[in-house]
Amino acid sequence: MELGHVVVLAGGLSYEREVSLRSGRRVADALRALDIPVELRDTDATLLDALATDPPDVVFPVLHGASGEDGSIRDVLELVGVPYVGARPDACRVAWDKPTAKAVVARAGLSTPESVALPKEIFHDLGAASVLDRIVEHLGLPLMVKPTRGGSALGASVVRDAEQLPAAMVGCFAYGDTALIERYVEGTEVAVSVIERGGEPYPLPAVEIVAAGGRYDYTARYDAGDTEFVIPARLSPEAAERVTAAALTAHRALGLRDLSRTDLIVTPSGEVHFLEVNVAPGMTETSLLPRAIAAAGLELSHICRDLLIQRFT
Amino acid sequence: MELHSRTDAYIGRYAARAAGMVPSEIRALFAVADRPEVVSLAGGMPYVSALPLDRIGEMIGELVARNGAQVLQYASAQGDPVLREQICEVMELEGIRANPDDVVVTVGAQQALDLVTKIFVDPGDVVLAEAPSYVGALGTFAAYQAEVVHVPLDDGGLIPAALRETLERLRRDGRRVKFLYTVPTFQNPAGVTLTAPRRAQILEICAEYDVLVLEDNPYGLLGFDGEPMRALRAYDSERVIYLGSFSKTIASGLRVGWALAPHSVRAKLVLAAESAVLCHANLSQLAVREYLATQPWREQIKDFRVMYRERRDAMLDALETLMPKGCTWTRPSGGFFVWLTVPEGLDTKAMAPRAIAERVAYVPGTGFYSNGDGRRHMRLSYCYPEPHRIREGVRRLAGVVEEEIRLRDTFGGVRRDDRAPGGVDTPGPGLV
Repeated sequence: MELGHVVVLAGGLSYEREVSLRSGRRVADALRALDIPVELRDTDATLLDALATDPPDVVFPVLHGASGEDGSIRDVLELVGVPYVGARPDACRVAWDKPTAKAVVARAGLSTPESVALPKEIFHDLGAASVLDRIVEHLGLPLMVKPTRGGSALGASVVRDAEQLPAAMVGCFAYGDTALIERYVEGTEVAVSVIERGGEPYPLPAVEIVAAGGRYDYTARYDAGDTEFVIPARLSPEAAERVTAAALTAHRALGLRDLSRTDLIVTPSGEVHFLEVNVAPGMTETSLLPRAIAAAGLELSHICRDLLIQRFT
Repeated sequence: MELHSRTDAYIGRYAARAAGMVPSEIRALFAVADRPEVVSLAGGMPYVSALPLDRIGEMIGELVARNGAQVLQYASAQGDPVLREQICEVMELEGIRANPDDVVVTVGAQQALDLVTKIFVDPGDVVLAEAPSYVGALGTFAAYQAEVVHVPLDDGGLIPAALRETLERLRRDGRRVKFLYTVPTFQNPAGVTLTAPRRAQILEICAEYDVLVLEDNPYGLLGFDGEPMRALRAYDSERVIYLGSFSKTIASGLRVGWALAPHSVRAKLVLAAESAVLCHANLSQLAVREYLATQPWREQIKDFRVMYRERRDAMLDALETLMPKGCTWTRPSGGFFVWLTVPEGLDTKAMAPRAIAERVAYVPGTGFYSNGDGRRHMRLSYCYPEPHRIREGVRRLAGVVEEEIRLRDTFGGVRRDDRAPGGVDTPGPGLV
């Protein structure tokens, strides 16, 4: 089947706009290498008219952050009747909200660190100090604080000392109105991407992330250069099987489609904990999914093309 | 087989001077600021649309058609001789008497800054700069591994007593100060201007401690009231190296600036320029020469002043009407910028994402200090958005600050010093 017109959607107005633009260019270049005509577009006021006037065969959304991952752009693509790569809107909404996604995968049998999700209003109403005290009392230390919705570790921080908690909360609320405060599990940080081929989810090799200074934050992800990736992750054979199984379970339980990336922590004793899942994983030159594709001996361009063809009806 | 890789395969090979060349997550947020939905009070872009673009287009076309063999050729590293004479005429407006032989044309004043730092600063040398100071200069000083020591300013510009105190302390510590870098007129980012009496005092103190002065003056002709101030260079031709630019008086995209330096320094600057770029872009130089020779540039600057004054007024009115209690700001009498101080316990860097979510952008104060200070400040620019957009931007910003005050009251005014050091917090030059 020949693709005549593909739109890659990148940019948007989220905090991750810059990353998305980089991801979008990477996907567009990969497709152009196969002589597939690609139009790289931002989500702006001209988008719907353009989609109506010259409907593409398929859209490849590479939008990170809100609207790209919360299902809303995909809802609009459904409204205009254009096929697209990736999860359906309802599944995106569940995956995008970290506490909801954690609850779903927990029901499917995965372990996930104990947590509480609280909007900033509750701290205003009940008094921050007493709420934070209860959190530390209940969950202990260290804690991971991050916005319930969002990616690229923006607004996320590890709290090892209770005195750092108010600052971490303020940093988190800069990026969203609800905070997920999670028991921080020490271990090996691993990302497992899943791509669907012929309707079947296919797990890619696990990528181990070793961040210099132990923080895989925004800078470590995209700029600092000192983050090391090891593929496949240095895990026992049993743990390696468990992380792959966990990513497949998350992909299926959340009803995802085409591609996803699940972030996990593996404790020294080999326990696997689900942290979060991404429905529009980063595709930049430093991102995890393209690394996993390459490590599996596959070509990013072929994978992108195959995903498009799957949706081209 | 295990495959090991890094986000940057070249890590470990970079020179030590590249260590700070890392954008922060805040810089990534500015990617959103060029979208029309966002009111950007962040960029420092001059409003070049106000220029007679059709006339300039014709002028450049004729320049190439008539004199292409020269225009499209290499030229001298010091810069076109006629342009250097014209630059001296421009500087006369600020009381400077100069010889065209002592002028070096550069790729914007930014390159002049780079060249001066290159020929004077060894790693570890001290450079004095205002607190806050121009971010582009701080980047240059960091690239040459200078240690920047900030000297406070107030509404009257750099504070002479603080300068003396700093120099005295550094002398006691046996530190070598290579120069004082200052933007005395309509300062970037603070918008303040060094008063005339302080100009004399600052130069006296620098003479006493034998410190060179690097005067950066891109906004000097963009004053809103009265005649231009006398530049520091007008008081002292031996101790002051003067940097000028056509970026704000003509067009930033032409990238034509200059350095006026004492003769021996000038000789080194020419050689340094030659090793950096061989020669300046001749098309740009000759376009500026032609513009100055054939277009009513003085009237154009007057038009710019009127326009920027209207925008400054719009910003000050909106701040007065809308900002929550506890915020203070400077009242510039020229240039592009207002420096806003938020109430204690607030952090402009931490609240930047919320501002972007509310579709308004500013530059957090941390970008204008080399030591992590500036969290209670932000730079607001009024040069680019039209007045109604400025008002809307300030309205959105006021809401963000109010919410931040509420958050501070909830969590007790925390300091965020424990957060990871950020890298470069400021937008690139092409930001709207």
